[in-house]
Amino acid sequence: MDLLHASLSTILTVPLLAQQTAFLLDGATGILLGVVISCLLIATGAGQILRRQPDSSVNPAIVQAFIRRVRAWWLMTAILAVTFTIPSPVATVILFFLISFWALREFITLTPTRLGDHRTLFWVFFVLTPAQYVLVAMGQSQYELFSILIPVYGFLFIAARIAVAGDYKRFLERIAKIQAGLYICVYSLSYAPALLYLTDWTDPEYSTKSTAGLLFYFLLVAQLSDLLHFVCSRLLGKNVIAPNINASRTWEGFFAGTGVTAVVGAMLSLTGATPFNPWQSAVMSIVIAVMGAAGSMAMSAIKRDRGVQDYGTLVEGHAGVLDRIDAICFAAPVFFHLTRYYFTTAGG
Amino acid sequence: MKFNFTGPFLAGLAKVVAGSSVRWVDCHPDTCQRIYFANHTSHIDAVIIWASLPKHCRELTKPVAAKDYWDRGWFRRYLARSLNALLIDRENIKVHRSPVESMLKEIGDKYSAIIFPEGSRNDGTTLRDFKSGLFYLAKKRPDLELVPVYVDNMTRILPKGEYLPVPLLSRVIFGPPIWLENGEPKTDFLVRAREAVSRLRDV
Repeated sequence: MDLLHASLSTILTVPLLAQQTAFLLDGATGILLGVVISCLLIATGAGQILRRQPDSSVNPAIVQAFIRRVRAWWLMTAILAVTFTIPSPVATVILFFLISFWALREFITLTPTRLGDHRTLFWVFFVLTPAQYVLVAMGQSQYELFSILIPVYGFLFIAARIAVAGDYKRFLERIAKIQAGLYICVYSLSYAPALLYLTDWTDPEYSTKSTAGLLFYFLLVAQLSDLLHFVCSRLLGKNVIAPNINASRTWEGFFAGTGVTAVVGAMLSLTGATPFNPWQSAVMSIVIAVMGAAGSMAMSAIKRDRGVQDYGTLVEGHAGVLDRIDAICFAAPVFFHLTRYYFTTAGG
Repeated sequence: MKFNFTGPFLAGLAKVVAGSSVRWVDCHPDTCQRIYFANHTSHIDAVIIWASLPKHCRELTKPVAAKDYWDRGWFRRYLARSLNALLIDRENIKVHRSPVESMLKEIGDKYSAIIFPEGSRNDGTTLRDFKSGLFYLAKKRPDLELVPVYVDNMTRILPKGEYLPVPLLSRVIFGPPIWLENGEPKTDFLVRAREAVSRLRDV
């Protein structure tokens, strides 16, 4: 399915309102991409070495999970790199729209709805979700509507539409489920491609650069912090945060992982792909790491409640999209707003 | 057979809309003559099952549909033809033209068919009792493999009375074939067939 997304976004390159006609892949983003590919090569090598070791102390299931993760990252990097070479950010917006659509599908499939919700769901999938991404593609001029469409109009509409459908059983619960799905899978995620449209940087030097680097940096730090939390929990974990939700996430892993993410984030700023200096980048990385961990915990809680291991168990042969993007969903809006407020003139 | 573009297109569309993942449990796709019998929860069940078959099987499989509905207007007729559908006359049933007879005549010794022995759509939670058509099919053609199919979550994608689908994820599960045992009474067989379908829900 991911490949389908990629090829779709390659085809659908109709520039809706292309503000940037230059290629998104510029020098700084190229360096960042190079760093990522080197890291992936190292990770792939490490995975293969771990797998070949017959009597290693590492659990083979964990090695397998690691290898699968690395493969998913390769795919994500490839898709992003391809979308960045398309001379319009609209390709990336379409890519994220498709990811949102798929994630929402997993979310709603997993959380039971009633027949009375059918028409509402139709609106959510085919009107609100595309509308949100159209607003993203219209850029900063539509910032205000983009940032309130779903939490203001969408949420009120959902409540009213379900009431009109006439089924009052577990009414509040059903509104909440659909709203949460829309908020996490569509609204929050749409802030990631919205990063591409940030303009009016306070740092004049960054204005000449492609914002693709910023998006790439964000995704990279989010994925990396997820991995570092996992690895640090394995290495020094003692106090599990919430054993009923995720038995492998510990406070030690959380703090150590966030710390390492901050260091890596500071170093990534040296590529010049972001408007941040090293310490600003470190702070931003901490924010992404904390929000990412929060997202993973919250999404795990939903999965535990529904009694599934991961969202991928719904569709055999596919990894769940939602499992891959849970950290991004929570971190994207916060990262976007902090960047917009402190690094562009729009924030004052 | 002339090359047909609409068929593969509809199959692709159905798969995208219903996001179906397909599983074969103790059963493999095969071009031998079969009757696929499934639970019925939505208009698009037949299309989804048909689309879930690999292409070479799909070309030899006819979803069974109601003639009074699919024979109305050129568009429905065109769709029915693209899907290779086998239209059954529900209104004009006579002894020498029973649905089972006409079905057997149409599939000949080449085609497989997809049928819904519940007769009409269930509410998605429980299977209705099976009608006797499946039994007579099995009795007249004991050589046909009867393959149970369970379609999951389709009610939520397109419930009864709705005409717009919501693109949730669904599952299509094919189970191990069954046959009519020698001298097995009708009711026993139908109960067994129904269980063969409902058992697939939990795999």
